[in-house]
Formats: sequence, structure tokens, C-alpha cells
Amino acid sequence: MIKPALSQSFSISSHPSSTIRTLKRLWHLRLGILGSLLILCLVTTALFTPWLAPNDPYTQDITQRLLPPFWMEGSSSDHFLGTDHLGRDLLSRIMYGTRISLVIGLSAVVLQLILGVGLGVLAGYYRGRVDSAISFIVNAMMSFPFILLALTLVSVLGASLQNIIIALGLTGWPVYTRVTRIETIKLNEQEFILAAHSLAYSSWRIITRHVLPNMLPTLLVLSTVEVARSIIRESLLSFLGLGIQPPTPSWGVMLAEGRDYMLMHWWLAAFPGLAIFMAALGINLLGDALRDYTDPHLRKY
Amino acid sequence: MLAYIIRRMFQAVAICLVISAMSFFMLFLNTDPALMLLPPEAEVADIAAFKKQMGLDRPVLIQYKDFLGRVVFHGDFGQSFVYKVPAVQLIMERFPATLRLALAAIVFINLVAIPVGVISAVKRGSFVDNIFTFFALMGQAMPLYWLGIMLIIIFGVWLRWLPISGSDSFAHLILPAITLGSWILPVNMRLVRSGMLDVLNKDYIRTARAKGLPEWLVLGKHAFKNAILPLVTVIGMQLGLLLGGAVVTETVFAWPGMGQLVLDSIHMGDYPVVQAVVVVFAVCVVVGNLVADILAALIDPRIRLN
Repeated sequence: MIKPALSQSFSISSHPSSTIRTLKRLWHLRLGILGSLLILCLVTTALFTPWLAPNDPYTQDITQRLLPPFWMEGSSSDHFLGTDHLGRDLLSRIMYGTRISLVIGLSAVVLQLILGVGLGVLAGYYRGRVDSAISFIVNAMMSFPFILLALTLVSVLGASLQNIIIALGLTGWPVYTRVTRIETIKLNEQEFILAAHSLAYSSWRIITRHVLPNMLPTLLVLSTVEVARSIIRESLLSFLGLGIQPPTPSWGVMLAEGRDYMLMHWWLAAFPGLAIFMAALGINLLGDALRDYTDPHLRKY
Repeated sequence: MLAYIIRRMFQAVAICLVISAMSFFMLFLNTDPALMLLPPEAEVADIAAFKKQMGLDRPVLIQYKDFLGRVVFHGDFGQSFVYKVPAVQLIMERFPATLRLALAAIVFINLVAIPVGVISAVKRGSFVDNIFTFFALMGQAMPLYWLGIMLIIIFGVWLRWLPISGSDSFAHLILPAITLGSWILPVNMRLVRSGMLDVLNKDYIRTARAKGLPEWLVLGKHAFKNAILPLVTVIGMQLGLLLGGAVVTETVFAWPGMGQLVLDSIHMGDYPVVQAVVVVFAVCVVVGNLVADILAALIDPRIRLN
């Protein structure tokens, strides 16, 4: 077997030995599988929460408040991960939180896709002034901290599920525009699009039948990663008190409530955050695997 | 070069204008701004008088022109409704704390990202590299407010090594800086790593090796300097991310900076302060980007000629 150190000393050639390449693929595959498993857990939990959750997420029981998780002293067998300050079952609330996170993450991405891809294709296909105007707005949006924009939007619109999706959608589209614009420009120079032009196909037909389908893999990868980002952003807005409002079990709300008790009851803040982390990690790992699969050029190796 | 700088400066000013307009018109998105600015128990007559006094009964575009004029020529964002002092004064009081936090985070990011990135690149494919890559992946999925809370629980509550809130001493700065920095750390790690990998495959590195230079000289003198250049320009662009992250970090650690100010102001409907912070953030970000672009153009002539 060739040791990694040896391949390094011959790093003039950019091709690592085949053994190492195989190991890399396995490593990547493993991470991709790990990501898929995490997402499978996430989706299953979201779909079947009412049957899976051990307790009702809203039922309060003041005599059972602030119970620790199962392995600690004083825990109750009814509450696997313990209870919060109102005696609600932490595990059940986290499981119901999965639904909110996924609904917001997916809806926000759909909204971002419609806005971002629409503008990106317009800019890349028509170029000229349309392109300059759209690119300028994209640059302005991307140079500005998302959080401040989203916070202001939600505070003006009012905090509700629908408005959070709108705020995340309105602030998250520029990255799609940037990517689709470049992809459209590249595609437009390819022969099959030139052929379509010379057949006098309408712009609509060229865009919908030839440009967009060829961008699907790129958009799929980007959207996957953006779902994770939207989930983190939703929980962030909720954590700051401008997202989902209590008593709805959103991970961000639970984290904010748990924060008030973190000095004595650390699990109240730890587990909801762990849920966000695992969800985002799973989606990112799958996104990386998809990227490697669809476009080997993007591999970091 | 001068033409390039002038062109970029015009763009920067234009972006500031767009953001100031966004922050201004957002107020008109949903409701009558007078209702947002006044307490809910205000009488109809009071509302009318307030509108007249504040000029809110005039066309929106004229109001924006006035707003812009006051901001640009007098630095006047109006009075804070809550504190009854000029919004600018509140920002000036809070600005140094946020700046300190952001600078500490930048120092932390680069102290970690540069050595880790270089080691990853030099030992590419090794166990160490894989471990670092895995940590970078984890870091990208980590919500920074959760990381902050966990750091408080572990280092503040369990181990009692570091203070958990406030901003009195250097020790207070450590946890917030790590929290804020860890957001961007994975990006810079990968940047240094891929920059170093690119350079290591260049002909002049092969030449340096071929003429028998010791490996540490090849890496330290020839490779490292060129690999680090992209980082210089990226730091300026990351200012926006850092300021955004500061809003959250300051909340978690009760750090008395602009982030907390803007969040409190949003909660209390103190709109002049919100507008002022939005515009100040925008100016910081745009200036950061401008400096980064100019540095990039100075370093790499291809950029300014394009």
C-alpha cells in the first residue's frame, strides 16, 4: 500500500494514488450515507410525529417541571429527555419542532427558487441593462447582513409562520440569482442553444425546455444546502423572539426558553440546539454528496 | 487603477443608497408608520398632529429625500423614541464594543484557520486532514447561538474557567470571540487549504524543490505567501457576516454592543435607532468590501483591468 506521505512528496502530479482515491470515495460515500440517514430520521419524525411522540407537546404539569433526562438522578420514565419549566415533555416538543423547521425550510426555499431563478435567468439570458440592474440589486443584498434585513422585515410584517417564510424567501434569493445567471450565460454559448436560436424558437421555449433543465443538478445541490440554512435562520429568528411565538414548539423558541434555565438545567438548551445541528449537518452532508455526484469538478480534492 | 477605484466607489455609494432606501421604505410596508411610532393608546387628533409635526403627511418620496438629506449632511437619524437622545449618540456609545468583538473574532479566525489550512494542504489526504475537514463540516452546520450557549454551560458553569456575560476584561472577550469566529472559521480554513494546494502544484514550487531548497523554506517562503493572499481580500468581505453574527453573539453573552441595541430597538419599535444601525452596518460592510476590492486589485492586476 502506498502511504499518503509518499504521494505528498510527489505532489507534482495532481493525481493521488488509486488507493487513496478509493479511500476518499468511501469516506465521501460514508458521509453521504450518514447525511441521508439523518434526513430520513428527520422526515420520518416530521411525518409521523403524532404517533411517535410519547406525550402531547402542549400539556403542562407543574408537578413534573424541570425533570432531567433519563440517565440523571430524579428523572421520570415518562419523560425520556426530561421536562421544561412548565412540565412539558422535552422530547415530544423537539419532535413536533421538526415539522415546523421542515415546513419553513422547504417553503422558504421554494420562494427563494422562484424569485432567484427567475431573476437569474432573466439577467443571464437577456444581459445588457436588465443584467446590470439585477446584478446590482444582488450585490447590494449580498453585501448586507441577512439577519438585520430579516429581523426588520418580520418586525414590520408581524411574527407569524407565513411572514417568517416570506422574510426568509425575500432575503435568501440572491445566491440563486448569482448562480443561475452564470449558468445561463455559460449555457447560452453552447451549441445546442445556438441551434435552438437558429430554429427561431421563442425565448420562453428555449428557457423552459433547454436552459432550465440543464441547470437542475446545480439548483438541486444549492437548494439542499439552502434548506439547512433556512432551518438555522428560522430557529435564529425564533430564538431572538421575532419568529415563531411560544408556546408553539419551534426549536429556536425552545432554545430561547432553555437559555433562561441553562445555569441549572443545561439539557433544556442543549437538546433543541442539538436537533438543529443534526438536521443542518444531515442536509449539508447530503448536499456535499450530491455535489460530488452531479459535478465532479466541484470536488475539493 | 485610479479609474477602477473611482468606479468601485460610485458603486459603493449606490449600494449605500439602496440599503438606506430599503430601511426607510420598509417602515411603510405594512401599516401607517405613525401608528408604529406612537403608543397604541394615542388619540386620532394626536396622531394627526404627530404626522404633521414629523412631516409624515407628505408624499413618501419627499419624505425619503428629507431623510436622506438629514442623514448625509447632518448625520441625523432623528431622536430615539425610548431614550430621548439622538440615535447617532446611542450608536457611538455602543460601536466600540462591537468593534472590539469583531476584531477579536477576526484574530481568532486567522490564528486557527491559517495553521490548520496549511497543515491540511501539506498533509493532504492524511488522517489529520480528514479530521480537520470533518470539523469544518460540523462547524458549518453549527448554529452559533447554540454554540455560544454550550460554551457558556461548559466553560462558564461546569468548569468555571471563564465569565459568562459582560465585557469588563479580556477574559470576557474569549467566549464571545470564539462563538462569533467559529461561524466563519470553516470557510477560511478551506480557503487557506485550497489556496495552498493550488500553489503547491505550481511550476515555481517544483523549481524550488528541484534546486534543493529545504522543504520548510519551500513551504514558508514560496508557497505560504502566495497561498495567503486570497485571505487578505476575503477578510474585508466577511465584515458583513461578522456584524450580522454579532447581533446574535451579543444577545447570548449580554455584550453591550450595536447588535443588542438594534435587537432591543426592534422589540420596542424604536425605529429611528433601527434605521440608524441598518445604515451604519451597511456603510461598514460597503467600506469593508471596497477596501477588499482595492487590495485585491493592487495584488492582482487582472482584476482591475477586467
